[in-house]
Amino acid sequence: MKGILKLAYKLVVNDKAKFTALLVGITFAVFLMMFITSMFVGVLNHSAATVINIDAPIWVMDPTVQTPANTIGLPGYILDAVRSMQGVKYAVPLYAGAALLKLADGTYQSANIIGLDDTSLYGRPELIQGNIDDIYAENGFIAIQDADFPKLGNAHIGSEFELNDNRGVIVGIAKVRSSSLFGIPTLYTTYYRCLQYIPNPRYTISYVLVVPKSMRDVPRIKQQVKVLGYVALTKDEFIGRTTNFYIFQSGFGMNLLIMTAVSFIVGLSVSGQTFYTFILENLERFGALKAIGTKSRELVSIILFQAAFTSLTGYGLGVGLCVSLIGVAKLRMPEYAAMISYLNLAVPFAMVLVIAAISSYFGVRRVLAIEPFDIFRG
Amino acid sequence: MPDTAIKASGLVKWFGEGEAKTTALKEVNLETYFGEIVYIVGPSGSGKTTLLSVLSGILRPNAGKVLVEGGNIWALDADRLAEFRLNKLGFVFQDYHLFPRLTTAENVAIPLILKHEDWNESMKKAVRYLEIVGLKGKEQLPPIKLSGGEQQRVAIARAMVGQPDILIMDEPTASLDGETGRSIVSFVHQNVLNNQRCIIIVTHDSRIYEFADRILDMEDGRLASTEKVSHEN
Ligand SMILES: Nc1ncnc2c1ncn2[C@@H]1O[C@H](COP(=O)(O)OP(=O)(O)OP(=O)(O)O)[C@@H](O)[C@H]1O
Ligand SMILES: [Mg+2]
Repeated sequence: MKGILKLAYKLVVNDKAKFTALLVGITFAVFLMMFITSMFVGVLNHSAATVINIDAPIWVMDPTVQTPANTIGLPGYILDAVRSMQGVKYAVPLYAGAALLKLADGTYQSANIIGLDDTSLYGRPELIQGNIDDIYAENGFIAIQDADFPKLGNAHIGSEFELNDNRGVIVGIAKVRSSSLFGIPTLYTTYYRCLQYIPNPRYTISYVLVVPKSMRDVPRIKQQVKVLGYVALTKDEFIGRTTNFYIFQSGFGMNLLIMTAVSFIVGLSVSGQTFYTFILENLERFGALKAIGTKSRELVSIILFQAAFTSLTGYGLGVGLCVSLIGVAKLRMPEYAAMISYLNLAVPFAMVLVIAAISSYFGVRRVLAIEPFDIFRG
Repeated sequence: MPDTAIKASGLVKWFGEGEAKTTALKEVNLETYFGEIVYIVGPSGSGKTTLLSVLSGILRPNAGKVLVEGGNIWALDADRLAEFRLNKLGFVFQDYHLFPRLTTAENVAIPLILKHEDWNESMKKAVRYLEIVGLKGKEQLPPIKLSGGEQQRVAIARAMVGQPDILIMDEPTASLDGETGRSIVSFVHQNVLNNQRCIIIVTHDSRIYEFADRILDMEDGRLASTEKVSHEN
C-alpha cells in the first residue's frame, strides 16, 4: 500500500499546475473561513469582557439582560435575598455602566465604569502600578491599561479628571484579561463611589455576583433566584447568552455565516472542480491501471489519499497564512480583535474535510465507472 | 506438444439490446500455447479487441469459458480477477496509456508497485527492463519527451516487468511508421518470447506477419481459419 500511495502522491504533486490551483483554492478558503471566524471569536470575547474580567461564578440579573453592555438595575433587596439563600457562600453587588469624563486638557471622553463591592473588592483587576487599597482614597479610580488607555490623555498615577462635576484621581493602573469591545477606556472604582458620582435610576445594582458554597449548589441558587423573578447565570452561560445575542440577534452572526459559506463555496468550487478535472484528465490512465490489475479498493485509496493530501496541505498553508497575518496585525495593533481558538481551527478543518469528501466522492464515482474495455478499444 | 496457455470455448459476447444488439463474438473457440506468438487479424469491427478483452479478464462474456492453468477465469470474483491480470498478464495498449507526470522508470514500475513490491527494488527492475528495450539513459524522462516508438517500448517494458505468462498486445504498430513497427515486433519476437510465455497480438499490419507462429482470422465474430506461418529463419 505504501508504494501505491507514493504513486498517488506523485501523480497529484507532479501535476504542478493543477496541484497549485488545488492548494490555492483550499488555502484561500481556509484562510477566509479562519480569518472571519477569528474576527468573530475576538469580537465576542471582547463583548463579554466584563464577565471574563470580573470572573464571578454566578451572575444574578434581570431576565431581559442580553449582553453585559446593557444592564438593568436590580433593587437592593435582591442582594439581601440572595445573601440569605441556601448554598450561597457570599454575594456582592457590582456596578457596570458608562460615564462621560472631562479630561485634564478639557476634552470629553466616555468610559466604562466598574464599581466593585466596597468591602471585598470582588473582581478587582491585577495592578501594574499603584496599590489596590488606594481605590478607597478620596476620588480614587484605577485605570485599565488596554488598547483604549491612551484615550484617557497622558494618564498616570495622579492624573485628574472630572466625572459629573466630581473630581477623580487615577490611583493605580491595572490590566485585565479582555478589553472592551466598544473602544472606550475602562475605570474601576468602588460600588459606593459609583452611586455618588453617577446619576442613577432608582435601582442601582447592575449585577449581584454570587460565589456558591460548592458548584453543586448552583441549580438550587438558580431556582431560588427564579422565584424572585430574576435570573442567575453561570459565567459560561452569561458568555454564551452574549455570544448568542451577537450571533442570532445582531445581524453580525448572519453576516459571518454568509461569509463563511461564501468562502466554503469558493473553496469547494475551485478545489472541487480542479480535483475533478484532474481525475477526468487521468481517467484513461486510471482505466489502464484497472486493466493492469488494480483493485477497486486500491483505486479508491489512491483518490482519497490525493484528496486528503492536497486538502490537509492547503489547510496547513491556510492556517499558517491566517496566523501570521493576525500575528502581524496584533504587532501593530495590540488589541486587534481577532482570536484563534479551537473553533477557528475546527470550522475550516471540518469544511476542508467536506471539500475533500465531496471532490473525492465524484472522482471515485467516475473512476469506478470506467470500463477498462473502453480503454482497450481506444 | 507445448503446454496450453489459454483454452477458450464457446465464447459469446453481445452488446446492446433489441434492435441495437450486436453480437461481437459468436461461439469462439481458441487454444494458445506457451512459446508461440499468435496473431489475430481481420476486418475492423470483426470482434478482435472484444476477444482479447474476454481472454484477458477485462470484459465478461455472455457465455463460454476461458481456462488459464486449468481454471476458468470468469468464475473468479472481481478482486481475484484483478490479481490474475496483475500476476499473469502483461498488456500493451494501442494508445500506450503512460502517465505523463511520472518518469519512464516509474511508469514501467507500476505493475510491481501494484504487487506491493518495494519501491526502490521496483525502480531498479524497471531500469533494467528499460535497458532491455533499448532505452538506457531515458529512465528519468517523462514519456512525452520520447518518440512514439520509444513510448511503445516503455509500454512493452511495463508489460514485461512483472514477467507475465501471457502478453497481450492490441495493434502494437498502428501508430508507428512501418520501420519502427517492424523493429518493435522483431524485438518482441527475439527478446520477449520464450518457452514459458505466450504472446497474442491483434493487428492489421501485414508487414509484421513474418513474426507470427500462427495467424487466426477473425470475421464477423468468428475465428474463420487458422493459417500456419513458416519462418525463414
Ligand atoms: N461497448 C460497445 N457497445 C456496443 N457495441 C460494441 C461495443 N464494443 C464493441 N462493439 C461492437 O462489437 C463489434 C466488435 O468490436 P471490436 O472492437 O471487438 O472490433 P475490432 O475487430 O477490434 O475492430 P477494430 O479493428 O476496428 O479495432 C463491433 O461491431 C463494435 O461496434
Ligand atoms: Mg480493435
